[in-house]
Amino acid sequence: MAMNMNAKVDRYNRYFSIIRFVVAVFIAFFISFVIMAFSTEHPFSALLNLFIGPFTTLRRFSTVLETAIPLTFAGLSVCVMFKARQFNLASEGGFFLGALTSAIVAIYMPLPPVLSIILALFLAGIVGSLVCGIPGICKVKWNSSELVLSLMLNYVALYIGTFIFNQVAKDPSSAYSASFPFREGVNLGNLIPKTRLHYGIFLVAVFVVFTWQFIYKTKWGMKLRIVGENLKFGKYVGIGTTGIIMMSQLLGGFIAGVGGGAEMLGMYSRFQWSALPGYGFDGVVLNILAKENPAYIPIAAFAVAYLRIGADYMYKKSDVASEIVAIIEALVIVLVAANAFLEKYHHKVITRVTAGDKGGKE
Amino acid sequence: MKTLVKVIFTSSFFYSLIRVATPLVLASLGAVITSNAGITNIGIEGIMLISALAGVFASAFLGGPWVGLLVAILVGVICSLLIGYVSMSLKADSVLTCIAFNTMAVGGTVYFMYAVVKDKGTTLALDSGKLPSIPIPIIEEIPVLGKILSNHNILSYVSFFMVFVVYILLYKTPLGLRIRSAGKDPKALSSVGVSLLKTRYIALAISGVLGGIAGAFMSMGYVTWFSKNMTAGRGFIALAADAMGNSTPIGATMASLLFAVAEALSYGLQVTTFPPELVQMLPYMATIVGLILYSIKRNADKAK
Repeated sequence: MAMNMNAKVDRYNRYFSIIRFVVAVFIAFFISFVIMAFSTEHPFSALLNLFIGPFTTLRRFSTVLETAIPLTFAGLSVCVMFKARQFNLASEGGFFLGALTSAIVAIYMPLPPVLSIILALFLAGIVGSLVCGIPGICKVKWNSSELVLSLMLNYVALYIGTFIFNQVAKDPSSAYSASFPFREGVNLGNLIPKTRLHYGIFLVAVFVVFTWQFIYKTKWGMKLRIVGENLKFGKYVGIGTTGIIMMSQLLGGFIAGVGGGAEMLGMYSRFQWSALPGYGFDGVVLNILAKENPAYIPIAAFAVAYLRIGADYMYKKSDVASEIVAIIEALVIVLVAANAFLEKYHHKVITRVTAGDKGGKE
Repeated sequence: MKTLVKVIFTSSFFYSLIRVATPLVLASLGAVITSNAGITNIGIEGIMLISALAGVFASAFLGGPWVGLLVAILVGVICSLLIGYVSMSLKADSVLTCIAFNTMAVGGTVYFMYAVVKDKGTTLALDSGKLPSIPIPIIEEIPVLGKILSNHNILSYVSFFMVFVVYILLYKTPLGLRIRSAGKDPKALSSVGVSLLKTRYIALAISGVLGGIAGAFMSMGYVTWFSKNMTAGRGFIALAADAMGNSTPIGATMASLLFAVAEALSYGLQVTTFPPELVQMLPYMATIVGLILYSIKRNADKAK
């Protein structure tokens, strides 16, 4: 009977987390709707445009997928680093410098295209590792705050990157600030005509599987989870915690760098970023939504991408600024991350379930 | 090297040093209060940003920069309490809450800016005014010193006054003792019948006041408009200053001044041939180096 009751409680817990999520999303949209009502006379049509936007043309729907690719990379990167309980936000800088690295390889490396692409992505990953490794090593060696350090490091990455870009890659004949074009064929191709969807979508799928396997099916992944959940216990059972933490930061950085490279080679033919892309913070957002499980990150990335593309459409049609999405996202995240949200209700249900079970026994 | 000396040894360099230090000092004091209470308030970045916009709106539509300042402070407190409510009462992870809050601040301010002035970049279209600059009677007359110290925005003077206010508050008042105990020994605090939650809310509110003033300075003193993401990581630098200053008001102020030197230098060097990107990088790089050196020193002290 006890087994049965546990299973029942488990089932109710699962239902509860789904209900909680739905209620969180609903509240977030409701509050955002109220905010929108202040700035437009047609909040209903604005909201409708937000939802139907991505389905209005094939191009727009494919844009959702295109947007979800870098988001997923960012989510995976943050996932691996946060698993070690390191609040390292340097994915942002890793992403930026990774993209720049791949662009430089794509411009200058006189290799067959396929080799160029592989080299570009690999070097981008290495650069990402270096960026995310800095806060990691300062944390394990001197106990510096990886959070503050990584926030500062992102700006340094931006300005160093811009400096390198201006020195070695900038095309002086370009009307706007852009690099020389990439060499012929050095891109991730085109999957569907008239869209920009590229083969990076397969690459990211591989990374999702690989990351999930790594975290849940390998010895290193297990050690990583132990260190993340209880550092002291990890030390006690003889895990080289420093090595494991560093490995997770380097691996997370590698994923971020490759993500930057894939975004660059997939979506662009010249490097033209002049600001941080924001993927580091997006990665955190995705991990809250996906409960830090790599398998759910693509789904969360799709949802966030869907919202953003919908918001762009809404901005065009309804003149409501697309940035409302930032408010919706933040509200959902906060409610999902809030452990006490609806907890009273949860408690009541569980009490009733267990009490009912006892009643049945008598 | 010669140009560097030329840039530094001018009264305008020291004048701009005080100007750029103002928001850093205010925000780092806010960070000092919360970290003494045992909270890492990364949300200070977003608080500054939202307050800056709220100040501009209130100033333009409600009655001038003083009302703007008041509203900025009020909004700072509300944001701070909101962060507290979510992380303490709703029990969400405080780091994640603050990251979400900052993300919302960047997007949300653009949303409201567009809703009001139909511009996603700046509020230049609004006539939002500026808090007054104050000439200081006697000091003004002194040759070099006068140029450096006089005629600053009133909030610059407020910020340095706040260093003492926060110092006295933390170390000389019962509330300060409670705030420090909330960080050092929460159990002891509850054992004498003081609510930990309430103390932390108060600390957050005070840091909201300071963040609000910092925000108001950005949009109604430093410049006279709001622009997208205008805080540009100053809240994060303030956190670094708090860490380097060992969470003491004087220490954090010193660290803020150090970062301000890097920032003022970056403006001074912009007129030279030094690569502009590397100049812009200076304050952030200085923060990183400062933080690492501080951690190394702290570790060495511990080892002794």
